Amino acid sequence: MNTTIMLFLLQDGITNGAIYALLGLALVLVFAVTRVILIPQGEFVTYGALSYAVLATGKVPGTAWLAMAMGLVALALDLFDARRSLRLKRVARAFALNIVLPAAILALAYGFASPKAPIAVNIALSLLIVAAIGLFLYRIAFQPIAHTSVLVLLIASVGCHLALQGLGLVFFGAEGLRGPALSNAALTIGPLRFTGQSLAVYGLTIGFIIALWLFFGFTLMGKALRATAVNRLGARLVGIRTTLSGQIAFLLASLIGAISGILIVPITTLYYDTGFLIGLKGFIAAIIGGLVSYPLTAVAALIVGSVEAFSSFYASNFKEVIVFTLILPVLVLRSLAAPAVEEEKD
Amino acid sequence: MSALLSVSDAHVSYGKVEAVRSVSLDVADNEIVTIIGANGAGKTTLLNAIMGVLPLKGATAFAGTDMAPLDIEDRVAAGLCLVPEHRELFGTMNVEDNLELGAFRIPKATAARSFEKVYTLFPRLKERRKQLAGTLSGGEQQMLAMGRALMGAPKLLMLDEPSLGLAPIIVADIFRTIGELRAAGVSVLLVEQNAQAALQIADRAYVMELGEFILSGSAKDIASNQRVAASYLGFQHEGASGI
Repeated sequence: MNTTIMLFLLQDGITNGAIYALLGLALVLVFAVTRVILIPQGEFVTYGALSYAVLATGKVPGTAWLAMAMGLVALALDLFDARRSLRLKRVARAFALNIVLPAAILALAYGFASPKAPIAVNIALSLLIVAAIGLFLYRIAFQPIAHTSVLVLLIASVGCHLALQGLGLVFFGAEGLRGPALSNAALTIGPLRFTGQSLAVYGLTIGFIIALWLFFGFTLMGKALRATAVNRLGARLVGIRTTLSGQIAFLLASLIGAISGILIVPITTLYYDTGFLIGLKGFIAAIIGGLVSYPLTAVAALIVGSVEAFSSFYASNFKEVIVFTLILPVLVLRSLAAPAVEEEKD
Repeated sequence: MSALLSVSDAHVSYGKVEAVRSVSLDVADNEIVTIIGANGAGKTTLLNAIMGVLPLKGATAFAGTDMAPLDIEDRVAAGLCLVPEHRELFGTMNVEDNLELGAFRIPKATAARSFEKVYTLFPRLKERRKQLAGTLSGGEQQMLAMGRALMGAPKLLMLDEPSLGLAPIIVADIFRTIGELRAAGVSVLLVEQNAQAALQIADRAYVMELGEFILSGSAKDIASNQRVAASYLGFQHEGASGI
């Protein structure tokens, strides 16, 4: 084997792996806090990427309208839940979050829609749109059934994935899209050439991991999220709203998904359904991490990315097969090592 | 004195089984009230229902406000706090983080004072503040559970079987602390199977049997009641538990 080729493949693998790491971490976070296995994570990737690509052409993506529509439904649900004690403050808060926020995002999108809008504005807008969708998705689909079993939550999750993917086809069409690169700079070290894009991937991944670590380790809200993951009843008994924890978890996951998408879309053409496969690879990493361990998930994601790069070089027809087969020995080992656990009731 | 907590005609059911039937109780400011009774009498169910963990049919008011529309988190914010039977600590987080989260609903400045108070009350927790809650001994976990509840500066602390599974010497410690809470302006509603210890520190007591209150009165009267002595204190008179 040629060392240069190996280095290239490794570089490619780590770049992809970094993205999978971000997605895997988001999956672990959401599962720990809400017990939801977030299948629609891939749609956050697609929505972030394609909203960014559409904004770059000067048009307003349909996702901005989707956020608005979901906000309306969320408001209706909030008002229905609060029907027994309709206090003005509560109604005002629900109105601000569910109507004013998406309306403001929609207005901003129309205000800035122009082919000449700076890249930073387009990125911010697509992040805002997807974050709002993630927030409302939790409110509409998961908050009402938050107390049910993992299986019910998983089924709802698959349903959300299918619905969002279908809507993606409506918004973005069957044609793939590409977005403008974040930076055209490049750096050459020895035989390796690092594009600005791949450096942005590394930087953002590391930045996000450090930010998450600081958030969970040192802020009260981060600790509250961890507490919800460790003991739901205990968290409620100290006054932490599990719905708030769930919303924050989904907000973070959708942000991470959208950022991953924006990082990928200048490198590869994305279709409305590409996100699912990308999300699934993050999911493999999360499973290898047992859906609980953040560091193990990050390492596993780098391995998944590298295996993918090498197998696409040596046996490109079997690329996906090889990557997804990775999960089998891990599952066998884990099931042998861990005692059977009854699902926790709460 | 006005009632801090008042519950009237409360019913709690698990499906078709009524675990608590037509129970009324009240706790005044600065009062320690205990509910004693055998295993399965419905004491824990009643506390959980007052906290909002289980649905309660009947009227509950806390500090003058109707609690029916409030969920658990709002009741915590109002100053009602439950230390549950299973403690429900955050096992993989350290003692300090557990306590910090106990003050989730109160301002940061007040929380700093709460830390001091709790560490004075339970010096052991200060020694172990960097240790994971799940690795503490049973007694320390109970102290942490009470400490976490006190961090939120509650008006009424509801304790569910704080002596469960603990060595007698630690039980004595915990009960002494409960007595000290009154001086700190916290009312206590205490559910106990260790009737003797509970009656010693309480002002008033209710006796619960098969989901109903069969007796109530001052702790002294209850302790000297023939029936209670036979059913709940009989063992311990001979056992001389040392409390």
